[in-house]
Amino acid sequence: MSVTALPRSTTRRTRLPAGSLGIGVATLWLSIIVLLPLAAVVARSFDDGLSGFWDAATSRQALAALRFTLIVSLLAAAINAAMGTLLAWVLVRDRFRGKGLVNALIDLPFALPTIVAGLTLMALYGPTSPFGINIAFTQFAVLLALLFVTMPFVVRAVQPVLIELDREMEQAALSLGASNATVFWKIILPNLVPALLSGAALAFARAVGEFGSVVLISGNIPFDTQVSSVFAFKQIESDNPVGAAVVSTVLLAISLLVLLGIRGLGRWGARHDR
Amino acid sequence: MIVERRWRIGLRTVALAYFLALLLLPVGLVFYRTFEHGVGYVIDSVTTPAAISAFWLTIEVTAIAVPLNAVVGILAAIALARSDFRGKALLNGLLDLPFAISPVVIGLSLVLLYGRTGWLGPWLADNGIRIIFSVPGIVLATIFVSLPFVVREVTPVLREIGDEQEQAAATLGAGAWTTFRRITFPAIRWGLAYGIVLSVARAVGEFGAVSVVSGRVAGETMTLTLLVQQRFENFELAGAYAASALLAVIALLTLVAMTRINPRREEEHET
Amino acid sequence: MILVRGVDKRFGTFQALDDISLEVPDGSLTALLGPSGSGKSTLLRVIAGLEAPDSGTVEIHGSDATNVPPQRRGIGFVFQHYAAFKHMTVRDNVAFGLTVRKRPKQEIRSKVDELLSIVGLAGYQDRYPNQLSGGQRQRMALARALAVEPSVLLLDEPFGALDAKVRAELREWLRNLHERVHVTTVLVTHDQEEAMSVADRIVVMNDGRIEQVGHPRELYDNPANQFVMGFLGPVSRLGERLVRPHDIAVDTAPADGAVQALVTRVVHLGFEVRVELRIDGEESVGVQITRDDAERLDLAPGEIVWVRPPHHERALDVA
Repeated sequence: MSVTALPRSTTRRTRLPAGSLGIGVATLWLSIIVLLPLAAVVARSFDDGLSGFWDAATSRQALAALRFTLIVSLLAAAINAAMGTLLAWVLVRDRFRGKGLVNALIDLPFALPTIVAGLTLMALYGPTSPFGINIAFTQFAVLLALLFVTMPFVVRAVQPVLIELDREMEQAALSLGASNATVFWKIILPNLVPALLSGAALAFARAVGEFGSVVLISGNIPFDTQVSSVFAFKQIESDNPVGAAVVSTVLLAISLLVLLGIRGLGRWGARHDR
Repeated sequence: MIVERRWRIGLRTVALAYFLALLLLPVGLVFYRTFEHGVGYVIDSVTTPAAISAFWLTIEVTAIAVPLNAVVGILAAIALARSDFRGKALLNGLLDLPFAISPVVIGLSLVLLYGRTGWLGPWLADNGIRIIFSVPGIVLATIFVSLPFVVREVTPVLREIGDEQEQAAATLGAGAWTTFRRITFPAIRWGLAYGIVLSVARAVGEFGAVSVVSGRVAGETMTLTLLVQQRFENFELAGAYAASALLAVIALLTLVAMTRINPRREEEHET
Repeated sequence: MILVRGVDKRFGTFQALDDISLEVPDGSLTALLGPSGSGKSTLLRVIAGLEAPDSGTVEIHGSDATNVPPQRRGIGFVFQHYAAFKHMTVRDNVAFGLTVRKRPKQEIRSKVDELLSIVGLAGYQDRYPNQLSGGQRQRMALARALAVEPSVLLLDEPFGALDAKVRAELREWLRNLHERVHVTTVLVTHDQEEAMSVADRIVVMNDGRIEQVGHPRELYDNPANQFVMGFLGPVSRLGERLVRPHDIAVDTAPADGAVQALVTRVVHLGFEVRVELRIDGEESVGVQITRDDAERLDLAPGEIVWVRPPHHERALDVA
């Protein structure tokens, strides 16, 4: 699923009634379903005032969770940026039996419920692993879960760009004496970077908020494998909604920043197009 | 680039090994584990009263959330593709939010709005309406998370095909609804279908947000995904696997639908 | 010199090149001319090393290049759609081949500036390809190809994507450049006018085979077969022979060996005038005469005239 930046507008002021109806309905819907609840979270996080917010946000446990969350999410996004590009490359440029199947299955993490994802990883890499690998309740397990759920992002972001890439640019570079490696690093990759970064940013945003796949396999050990989303969940369970709201507001801010970044990336990426 | 054979094989191996170890093997293992004890056991496991009511609750919630989001999605897509208005970029951005927000945050936001101590809490209590810890809460959470899919799929299609056909219909005397029914809708069919399939997958699979708002009352507010977690926590591993396998099958069916719809959708894009 | 021997190339069931053998002399500007699907682009790419032939050899300047990758053949290649590195500036585009060869920065800089002034893009160093017109992008592509001082310059329908006026300008400009720089150049085109005006040698191709090789004039005046004749210029059929419309003599008075004809249409196209005739009730025959002749003869539809075909050397028997 890609987040698109709007192209320069070529539409006219709406004449069709559906247009205005659409605007009205969409705005209303979004407000009720999305904006109002989110506003409640942000507002309630300040129930104890600014200092209360600050204290909750910077408590040792909250900070530890946030730090771990950000690092492991960044790592997952980075690894999947590389592996995703590789997978996209193989899916676009290579030919082998079963390629169609692999291509379809790439979307599995999108389609599979996160709790099932967590369970499947536990099955293979947890205490009941048939290969004897038990990494459950470790930080690595969290990384693994995040790698799973964010795998499709970069693949699907890079694939269309690779498909559209002007092969003649590569051939021109070859004719000018460039080695294959040079062609990849200097011609192909620079053209993939905007899509790659967009996909990685989305992967990062998803990873930061990921809950279902992490909740089982991480063991939620405070100061060790606890991520912010699970921390917030525990706060809700311990009847501390304000504390949860504070963490949520921080996560929300991160999400918004990433989304803005992706929009900017979209514009930056299109700067050389014509 | 003319890649040498051994490089190509090497890259392919690394990519497929990653894919295998991360995706294929775990999922395959779950299916294996599920049917390890025989198909009969599995069937028993997914037909317990708890499982059946969880299944139907999931279906019910999905059946409410997805059509609503589809209708709003189509209207929003028309607005985005066919008109210019102040705040268009903002609307567009807001539509991306459900993709980027943690499900726990989503659940909490609903609790803080509709819950006992939420903004609307007192008013709802006065009127005897229960949202949190009840099905409506689950529906709202599901609507939130599956909101953007249809609008994101239909908008580019509408943009690509342009509104000339609709204008032609208008000159021939067709009203708004007729134009939509006979001109616009057939043109967006496959993009819409794709968006709906994605929404369904998301709705069925939602866990985090539902976890927060549900209260997990068996038979009432327990969805299939919550059932998986409960069984796991009760050490009913086989039962958890069985429910997971059911969800995985639904996910695979989703993928099949996506694969089938994709080529048609791409054709639609190119008209 | 480029020597191609016995080259075959198949794409699936489509035979793109069928036993092609060709010699391209040093310093010449040779055009590969033919319709779509004739194999001309494929042949060019085989010479470049961008396609590998199924059989046969390619020799460039005396050494066997058949298994040499395109990076090392010492060629310059220009594509129809420019293949500009859109993420790099004009300067970086043109410098690319030199950067790859790790030349010193100063040398690269001055060479790029020199080339850009040769191609008329001085001052455009810091622009991006998407800020240039089609013609400018193609000139940049040429500068880029020339920067590495190739021994062979290959151009694949380089002006095909440009509009008529720019095309004509660039054609002339290419010819002048060739006079200055004298690199062995092979140009692929489907436009016979382009081939005739730019090249010193033309290789006419059809269906994966070479039909004829020679100087433009030779091909025009002495085509080896019907295809070449028809491709290089207008053809009229007189009985069992094919002749050039402007080689047919028209007069209002009978003459030796002349045949009677009925004027059906007269079209004035500025300098030339086309007269359509019917001979013996047969299909239309087109004749081309100058404006002066047209004025002198004062033809109108319905008149009877006398036409004399050219000598045998200027005619081709219908196969």
